Amino acid sequence: MQKFQEWFENRHEYAKEWKQRTGGKVIGYFCTYVPEEILYAAGVLPVRILGSHEPQDVTEPHIFGMFCPFCRDCLAQGLKGRFDYLDGITIAQSCLHIRQAYTSWDLHRPREFSYYLPMPHHVQSKRAYPFLRSELAAFKEAVEKWTGKTISDADLDRGIEIMNTSRRLMREVYELRKRENPPLTGLEAMYLVLSGQMVDKREHNAYLEQKLKELSERQPDRQTGERLMILGSEDDDTAFMAMAESLGTTFVVDDHCTGSRYFWNRVEPQEDRLMAIAARYIDRPACPTKDWPERSRLPHILKLAKEWNVQGAIVMQQKFCDPHELDIPAIRKYLEENGVPTLFLEFDVTVPIGQFRIRVEAFLEMLRQEDLF
Amino acid sequence: MSKQKYPTEPLQCWAKAKELREKYYLDYRDAHLKGGLRWAGGAWTFDAVPRGLGDDVYPLTSEPYGATIAHNKELALECMEATEKAGYARDLCSYMRIYWGSILLDKYPFGGGYPKPDFIWQDHICCSHAKWYQVVKDLEPAIPMYEIDVAVGPYHEINEAKIQYVADQILDGIEWMEKVTGRKYDDEKLIAAVKDECRSTSTWAEICSLNKAVPAPLDEKSMYSLYVFGTLHKAARWVADFYEEVRDEVKDRVARGIAAVGNEQCRLISDTQPPWAFLKVFRYLERYGAVSVGSLYTFGLEGIWEEKPDGSWGPRTTPMEKGIEIKTREQAVRINVEWNLSKPEWQHFYHPKFKTGMMKRIFDEWKLNGVLLHYNRGCEGLSVGIAENRLGLIEAGCPVMTFEGNMGDEREFDEVATFARIDAFMESLGFKKQY
Repeated sequence: MQKFQEWFENRHEYAKEWKQRTGGKVIGYFCTYVPEEILYAAGVLPVRILGSHEPQDVTEPHIFGMFCPFCRDCLAQGLKGRFDYLDGITIAQSCLHIRQAYTSWDLHRPREFSYYLPMPHHVQSKRAYPFLRSELAAFKEAVEKWTGKTISDADLDRGIEIMNTSRRLMREVYELRKRENPPLTGLEAMYLVLSGQMVDKREHNAYLEQKLKELSERQPDRQTGERLMILGSEDDDTAFMAMAESLGTTFVVDDHCTGSRYFWNRVEPQEDRLMAIAARYIDRPACPTKDWPERSRLPHILKLAKEWNVQGAIVMQQKFCDPHELDIPAIRKYLEENGVPTLFLEFDVTVPIGQFRIRVEAFLEMLRQEDLF
Repeated sequence: MSKQKYPTEPLQCWAKAKELREKYYLDYRDAHLKGGLRWAGGAWTFDAVPRGLGDDVYPLTSEPYGATIAHNKELALECMEATEKAGYARDLCSYMRIYWGSILLDKYPFGGGYPKPDFIWQDHICCSHAKWYQVVKDLEPAIPMYEIDVAVGPYHEINEAKIQYVADQILDGIEWMEKVTGRKYDDEKLIAAVKDECRSTSTWAEICSLNKAVPAPLDEKSMYSLYVFGTLHKAARWVADFYEEVRDEVKDRVARGIAAVGNEQCRLISDTQPPWAFLKVFRYLERYGAVSVGSLYTFGLEGIWEEKPDGSWGPRTTPMEKGIEIKTREQAVRINVEWNLSKPEWQHFYHPKFKTGMMKRIFDEWKLNGVLLHYNRGCEGLSVGIAENRLGLIEAGCPVMTFEGNMGDEREFDEVATFARIDAFMESLGFKKQY
C-alpha cells in the first residue's frame, strides 16, 4: 500500500515524469464532477488540484477570507508555481468556494486551455440529463480543439473503460473494509483514492488489480477498535486520519469527494456515450451543492453506515464551507436518530491535532461506554 | 457647513413607496383571509410564473425580508441567535439565518407569527439559494417546494440547450403548481406577468441610467428604498407601474438639475448589499460631498440592461418594444428565462472578470471618482470573486476602497474602522470633509 502514499506525496514529480514519458498534456481539475472519461479519451492526464496543508500568505489578495481554507490552499499551489507543468485547467460547476480558486488561477496563472463546465445543480430533475449531455458535447469539442485530435466513439469507450475499471476496483477495496477486521486502515484507503485522482488511471488500475488479491488475504497487524465513518467536505487530511486511527479505531467508510463519492457509481453503457457519461455524473452520490430539493445524501450515508457496520461518525467540514454547513445539522440529526453517534469537527488548512485528539478520544470513550451497557 | 452646489428636494414618490412596501407584506400575511394563496421564494426567482395561478396569489421574497429585519438590529440578532441555537453555522448567509430565525421564533415583523407559505417557488445559483428553503422545509415539512437551477453559464454563451433546461424546469413546475394548489393555471395571466417583468426591470435600468447625470438625481441610500420593489415582486403590474412613475420623476429631476446630495463633488459606487443597520455610512460620505450613485448590485440585481448602439449601457429593449407577440405558455416561459439569464448580477458567478468589466463600465459612464467594495461576510454569492474585482479595478485605474462587514449581522461590522477607512480614502482622492 506504500506505493499509493508515494504517488500521493510525489504527485508533481509523477506528473512531470508522465509528461516527459508520454509527451501528453496534463490538465488540473478542481472538482470531481469533471468528466475524466473525455479527458482520458483525448489522451490527456487529469490530475486533481489539492492543497498542501501548509500555512500560506499568497491568496489573501485574491480570495476574501470568508471562503473556505481548502479553496485558498488550492489556489496557493498555483500561485506558488507548484503546478506549472499543467497545460490546462478545468472545473465543473460546484460550489462558489472552489470556483474562485479556478478563476483566480485562470487570471494569474493562465494555461493554454481553461474550461468552465456548467455542470447542472438540479441533478434531481430529469431535465439535467439532456442539458449536461449538451454541455459535455461542448466540452468534448473544446478538448478536441485544444489537443488537435478528434475524439471518436472508440476513444470515449476507452475513456469510460479506464474510469469504470478504476471505480470497480475501488469499490472492491471498499467491500473488503466491511470485514470484521478490515485489511486496510482509513488512512490507507485515503491514499488509495487520492493517488487515483493524480496518477494515470491505467497505471493505478494495473497496480491496484495486482494488490487486490494481496489485500484480500492481508491480516491486519492492529486491532480494528471502533468502526468509524468520516464524512463531509473535501478531506485529504492524512495527519488527522493517522492521529484518529492511532487511538485504536478504524475508519471503515467515508462520504467525501476525496473518497467514496468520487468512484461510487459507474458509467452504464448507452449507444449515446455522452448521455451515458452525463447520467453517471448526474446519478452519482451528490455533493451538497446539488443535493436538493430532496436530501438524497441522508439515506445514502445511513446505508453506508449500516452496511459497513459503523459505530460512530465523524462529521467534518472545511471552515466556511456553506454547502456542508447547510447539510450538517440535518445529517447529524438523521444519523443520531438512527443510532449512529456523531462528532463534529471543523477543519482548516492545518488542524489542531492536540485538541482534535482530545475530542476524538472523548468521542471514543463515549462509544465505549455504550458498549458497557 | 456643507457647500451647497445644487438644489435638492425630497422624492415625491417616497410616501407611495412606503405605502406599497407595507401593503406588500400585509397582503402576504392576510392572503388567506381573502381566500388567496401565499408563496415564498427568493428575490431572483421566476415570480412571473405563480401569477398564472390568479390575482390573489402573494409572494414573500426571502432576501428583502431578511434585509427588512436586519434594519432592526435587536430583532435581527434575536433571529440569528435562534438559528445558531438550532445548530446552524454563524458564517452562513445572514439573510438566511434571519429568515430561519423568524420561523423558529414564529415572529413576523409586520405583526403576528411567521405566515407559512402555501408553497415554495425558488431558484438556485449560489450555494445557498435552494438549500435555504430545504432548511425551511426541514422546519416546516408540510410546505410543498419546487426549485429551479439557473446556473447555466454566462449570458454571452447562451444557447438553445441552456434556455430549454431552465424553461423545461419551469414548465414542469407549472404542472406541479396546479397539483399542489388545486388551481387551474391561466396562461394569459402568465403572459401578462412576463410582460410586466420585462417592463419593470427595463424601467429600473432606465432609472439607474438617469443617474449618469451630474448632479445625480438619486443617491444609493434612497435607491435602496426603490430598487427593493424589483426584489419583492418584479413581475407585478403595480411594480412596473410604480417604476414608470419613479422614472418620470427622476427624469424631471435631471431636467431641473435636482441633486440627491446638494454638495456633490465626488461620485462613487458601492458593491454588494450594504450593512443594513449602518446606512449612515452613506450620510458620512456626504460630509465629503460624496454621493454613491448606485452599484452593480442596485443596478443589476433587478435591472435588465443591454449595450446600446452608441456603446453605452442602457435599459434592455423589451420584447413588446420589439413587437414580439407572446402567444403561448412555452413562449412566455422561454422569453422569461432568456430575459432573466441576461441579468448582470448573475454573470459574476462564473468569473470575476465579468463583474470587473461591468464595474469599469459603470465607473466610466457614471463618471465616478472611486469604488467602495463591501467585503460582505453575509453573502457569499455577491462576495464571490470580490478580491479579484478589487485587483481588476485597480489595474484598470479605478481607485478602490474596501471595507468588511455583513449585510445582516451587525456583529461583523466595525463602524469606527469603516469611517476611518473612508477618511483615508477620501483624503487620497483629494476631498476634504465639508462639515
